[in-house]
Amino acid sequence: MSSLDQNNSPEINSTKPNHINPSKSSAFEEKGSSLWRDAWHRLQKNKMALLGLVVMVTMCIVALLTPWITVYGYEEQNLVLGASPPSAAHWLGTDTLGRDLLTRILYGSRISLAVGFIATAVALLIGVIYGTVAGYMGGRVDAAMMRLVDILYALPFMIFIILLMVIFGRNIFLLFLAIGAVEWLTMARIVRGQVQSLRQQEFVEAAVSIGLGPWAIIRRHLIPNTLGPVIVYTTLTIPNVMLLESFLSFLGLGIQPPQSSWGLLISYGVETMEEYPWLLIFPGLALSLTLFALNFLGDGLRDALDPRAAKD
Amino acid sequence: MARFILIRLLQAIPVLLVVITVTFFLVRLAPGGPFSAEKAVPAEVLKALEARYHLDQPVINQYFSYLGDLARGDFGPSFKYPGRSVNEMIAAGLPATAELGLYAMCFALLIGASAGVIAALKPNSAQDYIPMSTAMLGICLPSFLLGPLLMLIFGVWLEWVPVSGWGDIPGDKILPALTLASGYTAYIARLSRGGMLEVMSQDYIRTARAKGLPEWKVVLKHGLRGGMIPVIAFIGPAFAGLLSGSFVVETIFQIPGLGRFYVQAAFNRDYTMIMGTTVLFATLIILFNLLADIVAVWLNPRLRDLYRSGGA
Repeated sequence: MSSLDQNNSPEINSTKPNHINPSKSSAFEEKGSSLWRDAWHRLQKNKMALLGLVVMVTMCIVALLTPWITVYGYEEQNLVLGASPPSAAHWLGTDTLGRDLLTRILYGSRISLAVGFIATAVALLIGVIYGTVAGYMGGRVDAAMMRLVDILYALPFMIFIILLMVIFGRNIFLLFLAIGAVEWLTMARIVRGQVQSLRQQEFVEAAVSIGLGPWAIIRRHLIPNTLGPVIVYTTLTIPNVMLLESFLSFLGLGIQPPQSSWGLLISYGVETMEEYPWLLIFPGLALSLTLFALNFLGDGLRDALDPRAAKD
Repeated sequence: MARFILIRLLQAIPVLLVVITVTFFLVRLAPGGPFSAEKAVPAEVLKALEARYHLDQPVINQYFSYLGDLARGDFGPSFKYPGRSVNEMIAAGLPATAELGLYAMCFALLIGASAGVIAALKPNSAQDYIPMSTAMLGICLPSFLLGPLLMLIFGVWLEWVPVSGWGDIPGDKILPALTLASGYTAYIARLSRGGMLEVMSQDYIRTARAKGLPEWKVVLKHGLRGGMIPVIAFIGPAFAGLLSGSFVVETIFQIPGLGRFYVQAAFNRDYTMIMGTTVLFATLIILFNLLADIVAVWLNPRLRDLYRSGGA
């Protein structure tokens, strides 16, 4: 275990041992190598995960630059042209109103990615704080808090989200909130399990003995040490969230036109798929490519950060 | 064991009550009622309608009288379809949903488990990568995209199967079942691969090989038993997921099942129909999760001892 304790990552300094993976020390004898550097080495060996990382980074950069690199406006109609297959002027073709599909997919990526990241951040924030508090307090507080999670787990959330969106209008902030509210449960469970085993460790005892308050211990010692599994689960939550958003938009309950999101484009594509199949295929490709990249990256990160779970 | 089941059944009651209460007040909280949707109804007619369905009484009274009806198994009359009770509509929709779920489950188990076992026999070879990459495809192609794509390819272009419908033309159940099953097939493939890999490295497998058993017998007789435990534990949650996932597929393929009724009811503000389907879905989901927990305890002797000694 001692080889892991020398941590030189900026957010986890060397006084806080990293116990994310106690069983790991026997397998990795590289002295002085931090968990993060080890993980990075393992990740580099995983070609699919690297490819996923490259795709995601490229996609985010393109999404950020969209307003400056697109030739057409996302609402710019060309009724004379109508729906046209891919051509030199319109690389991915145009929709029934003559709007450039590539432009609309790029603008859609901004919304889809934003929803993915923001809603995941909401889930992350709630889940990590809730899980840490439950795991640290233990006893009755923990039992009560986790029982609440159990109850929420049993609720048919998909049904509630649909209901919520139907009733309270198709508000994008409500969408973030609703999705975040569903996704934090698993995060809370994972973090709570981690914290529960962490608080038995000597370094927490030491922190208590020098008079640190519970909040300081949680913030400075417990949360940083749960980062590994949290990062992995976050990467796997983003595709789930994007799926949920796309599905809601597909039903007409998520993003509203004239804004564009991948789910919305797919639902338009479905309506006209017999005459203009490219209107379904390209937005679908964009969505599945992103989901692929994120899932491969998540799997790779899990293998890299938690070799115990990946011993197969 | 009986004690464990009893405890879990008792725990299900408050969860169900929460579902009922939250849904009830959420629906009534919303602006607009079931009769305010279309062209304005004369005030007297509206009053008469509201009196007929007891909507003129205080919400609290409505809530308790609904609970009373529910306890007697009466979901009340549908607001949108005069003369039909919610019980009748559920009875009309449930068979299609159950049938669809059953087909999807069989497909997912058969194909998923075989793919996982085949992959686990030669890890890190083409025999492993090809089925597992295909499984990733199943995870990354959401049903609202996969469904239309399958429709387009096999229904419109190749004309092998009918595009939509349910039970009218032979073969029209294939695409919906495939679409619903895809994600679960992929997940089961990954679970069974992991389970098999773990089991195949155990000593008793080596013993079986050492005594000269042919490899297929080692795998099918000794490997499968242990390797399928994670898959069996997943069946319960999977069934619950199939049910709540069914309304995506039912909406796409226009199947007259519960899921489509639910989405329609939500859009129509059909209070009693929303309540009825939500309660039914929630009950089924809780029931299947309970079943999954029971099977998990039954399969895992360590958990069984835990519950026998009374610690829960």
